Amino acid sequence: MEKLITIENAHFSYPAAEENAEPTEVLKGISLEFEHGELVAVLGHNGSGKSTLAKLLNAILLPTEGTVTVAGMDTKNEEKLLEIRQHVGMVFQNPDNQIVATIVEEDVAFGLENLGVPTDEMRARVDQALHAVGMYEFRGHAPHQLSGGQKQRVAIAGIIAMRPDCIVLDEPTAMLDPQGRKEVMRTIKLLNRDYGITVILITHEMDEAAQCDRVIVIDHGTVHMDDKPEKVFSHVQEMRDLGLDVPQPTELCELLRQAGYDLDPEIMTPEAAADAIAKLVQSQSS
Amino acid sequence: MLKDITLGQYFPMDSVVHRMDARYKIIITMVFLVMLFWGQHLTSLLAGLLFVAVAMICSKIPPKMLLKSIKPIVPVLVITGVLNLFLLSGGKVLWEWKFIKLTEQGVQTSVFMLVRICLLIAGTSLLTYTTSPIVLTDAIESLLSPLKKLKMPVHELAMMMTIALRFIPTLIEETDKIMAAQKARGADMESGSLIQRAQALVPILIPLFVSAFRRAEELALAMECRCYHGGEGRTRLRQLKSGLRDYVALGLTLLLFAAVITLNTVLH
Amino acid sequence: MPILEAKDLTYTYSIGSPFEKTAVDHINLQIEQGEFVGIIGHTGSGKSTLMQMMNGLLKPTSGTVLLDGKDIWEKGADRRAVRFQVGLVFQYPEYQLFEETVYKDIAFGPKNMGLDEKEIDRRVRETAEAVGLREELLEKAPYALSGGQKRRVAIAGVMAMEPRVLILDEPTAGLDPKGRTKILSQLREYHKRTGCTVMLVSHSMEDVAKYVSKLLVLSHAKVVCYDTPANVFARGDELEQMGLALPQITRVFRLLRERGITFPEEVYTVPFGAELLRAKLEGRAPQC
Repeated sequence: MEKLITIENAHFSYPAAEENAEPTEVLKGISLEFEHGELVAVLGHNGSGKSTLAKLLNAILLPTEGTVTVAGMDTKNEEKLLEIRQHVGMVFQNPDNQIVATIVEEDVAFGLENLGVPTDEMRARVDQALHAVGMYEFRGHAPHQLSGGQKQRVAIAGIIAMRPDCIVLDEPTAMLDPQGRKEVMRTIKLLNRDYGITVILITHEMDEAAQCDRVIVIDHGTVHMDDKPEKVFSHVQEMRDLGLDVPQPTELCELLRQAGYDLDPEIMTPEAAADAIAKLVQSQSS
Repeated sequence: MLKDITLGQYFPMDSVVHRMDARYKIIITMVFLVMLFWGQHLTSLLAGLLFVAVAMICSKIPPKMLLKSIKPIVPVLVITGVLNLFLLSGGKVLWEWKFIKLTEQGVQTSVFMLVRICLLIAGTSLLTYTTSPIVLTDAIESLLSPLKKLKMPVHELAMMMTIALRFIPTLIEETDKIMAAQKARGADMESGSLIQRAQALVPILIPLFVSAFRRAEELALAMECRCYHGGEGRTRLRQLKSGLRDYVALGLTLLLFAAVITLNTVLH
Repeated sequence: MPILEAKDLTYTYSIGSPFEKTAVDHINLQIEQGEFVGIIGHTGSGKSTLMQMMNGLLKPTSGTVLLDGKDIWEKGADRRAVRFQVGLVFQYPEYQLFEETVYKDIAFGPKNMGLDEKEIDRRVRETAEAVGLREELLEKAPYALSGGQKRRVAIAGVMAMEPRVLILDEPTAGLDPKGRTKILSQLREYHKRTGCTVMLVSHSMEDVAKYVSKLLVLSHAKVVCYDTPANVFARGDELEQMGLALPQITRVFRLLRERGITFPEEVYTVPFGAELLRAKLEGRAPQC
């Protein structure tokens, strides 16, 4: 089957701010592939180039070198622009700054209105999208009456109403409280599992990355790691050096391993850590 | 504080007036406004009062909300009232003290003026209470659409209005926050000369503008991601549909206006 | 005598309207001089309202706040002076920067205090160093800095007033792990060096657990507890019921307890947890 998104040797430079200054190269040759139905986290410290990478995926930015292909369409092809953006939707960090309308359901309809979807079909798709993110009861509310997590779910509904193959979320939980984070993560995972939507989640939160199937670590504009989360987080020191973190259970096991105890480096969850440590303690005492 | 401003806030409810076609609501409000200022006679005020009362009952908007909408303009009312009271003279002198004179006509005009302004605010507030801002914008866009032929950017104007409406509460909240933050750093906004007070606004206005620009940039990006490409080929979730109730309402309003005109000419 | 005290403190929003809401409900609290207090509670628990009352920005509906035993709302009290003593850093404080240069922005607070040029200069340079801003950044425009740097400029702007109590509302929100650690460890340094009282509002249990000496837990406008982290995390079930996530390390040790491996101490930091386990495995007493 055709790959959903293919990035081939993509470079990107922002034009120089002043004359005779060098343009800053943010992405330095990135090659990646995304398949249908994947749940991928992209990690990297601020300024690593991960947000720029996200903007290449739906032709908001075009690579200065190399190509990005979405469902067989080159993002440089201007005629396919709307089609590409319909395939790859995008949710941003600040929930306030991406809601256009003054009523929830009208905001969810915004993308469909732009695409010229007939009113009857639009109604059905808006309702379905609101149900999918669990915000149907709030369809008549004004955005400023909602919590951060709810606003972010409305933003997600606005994207999925357009029936994309893929959603790219750029730090969608950074401005939310733990409750809002949980809501958004639950919604993302549900969309991926039940609707088969590919999710590319750019995040700083290690526990969110741990819930994905695949983790890509970006550093200085290149792909530093691309693997299962257990494998990525097992490189505790390397992650630290990149300015990132690892889940606490992984860190605990790493400290014990350094003291000479035999523990699996791929432990991520509290449950797995507790099981492994309990086994270790029991084998020592027997 | 700033959050208490209710003028122009939608009050979602289910009523006949809420369900009316916004285009008709705008036209009816226009007729109401013309009627209110038709002649210097009591009939137009009584008709206006009748109109607001009926519209209020039909819209199920609590009278408290209407009073609240008048609250922010109380200073305007006081000034207008006082000016009219003392500056206009004519008719019997009711009370006199040194150069201040209170005349019958002064009292009459000032009461007229106050009632008129209150009705004006109440009537237009009813329009914004019963119509979501976005529908209102749609309706204005639709009413102005003939101007598109004259190359007027009607859709763009309507979109700008929608966005402005959407961000008013956000920016008000932000202003509150920035004010508190600068106060925490010892900014003094309550004392000093006029110039000092104007200067004290700088630490509030600059962050506010910076933030508004940042929001605008992010919003533009989000809109682009959702395939926004101007008004061409757009469809709408909410269609404006007119029906019997709209025709009846407009008919009744016109009838009321006709009655005012007739009575005015007859009584003069 | 506690440095800051809340006495029967209550705040109600929009009194008399249908949106009436009590954000802070008869709170009594004593903050001792030199404490590093972490404040946790879900959104709407009243954290922000409480903080704004602590430095006199919001007038309590009832009850009052005492600074050094003096009622800040008593007649003739100078509330502006209170704000210089109790510095408050709001959420996303970088959005309040407005001066042309970093130097001038940090100097805004001290200038409002009416200090002389020399003293202002000393304070700006000292606090800039304390938050890790290099000398050459001082003459730059704030907008030319990175997000993390802007945040630190804003924090320095409040620190430069040399308040005796420094309150920060989620100073690490939206930063990457490196930026978070940087700010928190600088705060710890600042606390150690100046000995002043620091109050830190945070959503991250992991962060709070690592740095603070006392924890204040708020829920539904009331104080649930104000105690040492160990004693607070010992009531883990209660916290979880309030929708507050325990640090993952604490969860590991709670799961171990279910599996019959128990420790007398409550664990909330990783190195401490590792040391406890190693001591157990090696059959010795833990060293901490």
